[in-house]
Amino acid sequence: MSAVPGWCFVAAMAALPLVLPDLYLLSVLTSAGIFIIGAISLNLLLGYTGQLSLGHAAFFGLGAYASALASLGFDIGIGFGLRLTLPPQPVWIGFLAAIAVAGGFGWLLGRLAFRVRGAYFVIITICFAQVLRMVALNWVELTQGPMALIGLSPFSLWLPGQGVVELYAKNQTYWLVLGVAVLCFLVVRQIVHSRVGRALVALRENETLARSVGIRVTHYLVIATVVSAGIAGAAGSLFAHNVRIVDPDVFLFIYTVTMVIMVITGGKGTLWGPVVGGLIFGLLPDLLRGAAPPEAQWIAYGVAMILLVMFLPRGIVPAIAALMPARRPGRGATASPVSQEAP
Amino acid sequence: MSAPPLLSVEQVAVQIGGLVAIADLSFTVAEGEVVSLIGPNGAGKTTAFNVITGYMRPRDGRVRFRGQDLVGQAPERIAAAGLVRSFQRTSIFGRCTVFENARMALHLRGRTGLLGALLRLPAARREEARLQEEAWAMLDFVGLAARADTPAESLAYGEQRRLGIALAAAAAPQLLLLDEPAAGLNPSETAECMALIRRLRDRGTTILLVEHDMAMVMRISDRIVVLNQGRVIAAGPPAEIREDPDVIRAYLGGAPGWESAHAAA
Repeated sequence: MSAVPGWCFVAAMAALPLVLPDLYLLSVLTSAGIFIIGAISLNLLLGYTGQLSLGHAAFFGLGAYASALASLGFDIGIGFGLRLTLPPQPVWIGFLAAIAVAGGFGWLLGRLAFRVRGAYFVIITICFAQVLRMVALNWVELTQGPMALIGLSPFSLWLPGQGVVELYAKNQTYWLVLGVAVLCFLVVRQIVHSRVGRALVALRENETLARSVGIRVTHYLVIATVVSAGIAGAAGSLFAHNVRIVDPDVFLFIYTVTMVIMVITGGKGTLWGPVVGGLIFGLLPDLLRGAAPPEAQWIAYGVAMILLVMFLPRGIVPAIAALMPARRPGRGATASPVSQEAP
Repeated sequence: MSAPPLLSVEQVAVQIGGLVAIADLSFTVAEGEVVSLIGPNGAGKTTAFNVITGYMRPRDGRVRFRGQDLVGQAPERIAAAGLVRSFQRTSIFGRCTVFENARMALHLRGRTGLLGALLRLPAARREEARLQEEAWAMLDFVGLAARADTPAESLAYGEQRRLGIALAAAAAPQLLLLDEPAAGLNPSETAECMALIRRLRDRGTTILLVEHDMAMVMRISDRIVVLNQGRVIAAGPPAEIREDPDVIRAYLGGAPGWESAHAAA
C-alpha cells in the first residue's frame, strides 16, 4: 500500500485539535487511541502469527502498573529483612519501564507457552492475566490492592527551549498518544514487511512447511510476543498517566475482548485493520451516547458483530482492499510488496 | 576408496505404536547422485523421509549428513544444515501469492533479524533486494514466474506440485528429498517434473527421491534402493534392480505399473 494516504490520515488527525477544539471529542479520541495501540500490538500476534492471546490485557496492565510504580516510587519488603526501594522517577522512565517489564513478561510467556499452541496457548494466556489480577489485588504493599494507585503525574516531555513540560492539556496528551500510535504502527509495519514478518506469516499458514524451509518456530513466535507485549505495555503506560489512576481492573478480560473485537472487525493480519476497528469501537459508544443508552448500543454492536462475521469474515479492511484494483510489484522493483497482507 | 557419502542412514529402526515401520534401514547417498527409494505401499519410504528430516525420531540408528548426526535435531536445524524436503501431500502457503511463497522459502538465504528489520539498515535493504532477485530466479527456474501474483491455492494441481518442489529447492540445499513429486500428475506433467529434477541435479543438487512412477524412477535414478516391509531388499543401478529376483517377487501382483515400466524402459 502506498504510504501517502496513511500519512494524510495522520496529518488530518494531528490537525484535528486545531480545527475542532472540542475537549470531549479529544478525550474520547485519546482513550480510543490508547486502545488502538493495544489492538495494533494484539494484531501482531493474532493477525500475523495466528496465535490468539486472550490475556493480552495482562501486558497492558503490567505496563500500567510498571509505569505508575516507577513514577510514584515504592519501598517494599521482599523478605529476609530486605527492602526494595525506588524513589519516584520521571514519567518517561516509567514509560520505558512499562515497555521493558511487559516485554520481559512477553518473553517469559512466549518461552513457556509456545511449547503448546492453539487452544492451549489461549488458555495459558487467560490464566496469566487472571494471576496478575490476583497479584495486583493482594500485594497491597506494592499495588495498594483494590484501593488503587492514585495521584499519578501526567506525562511530561522535554522540549527544546522550554525544559520539561507537563502535558496537562487534553490536546497535548492527544498528540502524545497519536505520536506513540504512529510509532507503534511503523514498528509493526517494518516487521511485517521483512524477513521476520514473512517467517511469522509462513508459520501461521503452514507450520510443517515453514519448519522444513528452516524457519525456527519458537524463536519467531517469541520475537512476535515480546514486541507485541512491549507495545501493549506502552499502551498501558499511556492509559495509566491519562486517567491518573491504576487499579487491578486493568487486567480485566473485557479489555482483552475490546482489543480482540477491534482487530477482528477491522481485519486481522492487515496493518490498518486494528486502526479502523479501533476507531469504530473506540468512538461510537461515546459519540452515540446521546442518541441511545449504552445498553441498547451494546445490543446493536452484538448484532453488528454477528452480521460482520457472517458477511465480512475477514474484516472491513480486506473487504475494502478487495474492491480496489490489485497493485503488483513490478519485476525487479525493490519496493516491498504488500502481499503479506493476504488474509 | 570413494569419498565419504553425503548422507548415510545407518541401521535405522522406527516403531510407531506397536507397529514396526522400519525394521533395519541402511543406505547411503553420494554427492551429485539421484537416488530413488522405492517399495510397495507401507514399505516405510515416507517414514524414512520423516526420520531423515527430523519430523520423526527413530528408535534406533543414526542418520549422518556430511558426517554430522541428525537424529534428535529439529527439522528447521536440519534444513539449515543443507537438507530440505518436499511433502507427499501438496504443501504450499496456500493463501499467499506464488511470489510470497518463493520469498518465504528463501528464509535461509537471509539473515536479517528484528533490529535490521526495524531500522531498515542498508545491509537489510540490500539483502531484501537480493532475496527478491532470487525469488524471481527460482520462479523462472520452475516456470512459474508468470503466475507470481496468483494465490498459490488457485494454481492448477500440477503447478502446485511444481511450486512445492520449488519451495524445497529455493534455498539451494545440498541434498533435496522429494516425496512422490509426480503423484497425481498426467504423463506430460510427469515429463516436466522429470526435466525439473534433472535440471536441479545439473545445478549440483543431490537428490533423494521417493516415487511410485517406475518409468520415471528407472530413467532418472543413478541408484535405486528398494524397501519392503521396513527392510532394504535390494540396492543398485536401475539395470540391476530391474533384474533382481527379490524385487520382482516383492512387486508381483502388488504394483501393476511395474511390468509396463519394464516394457517401457
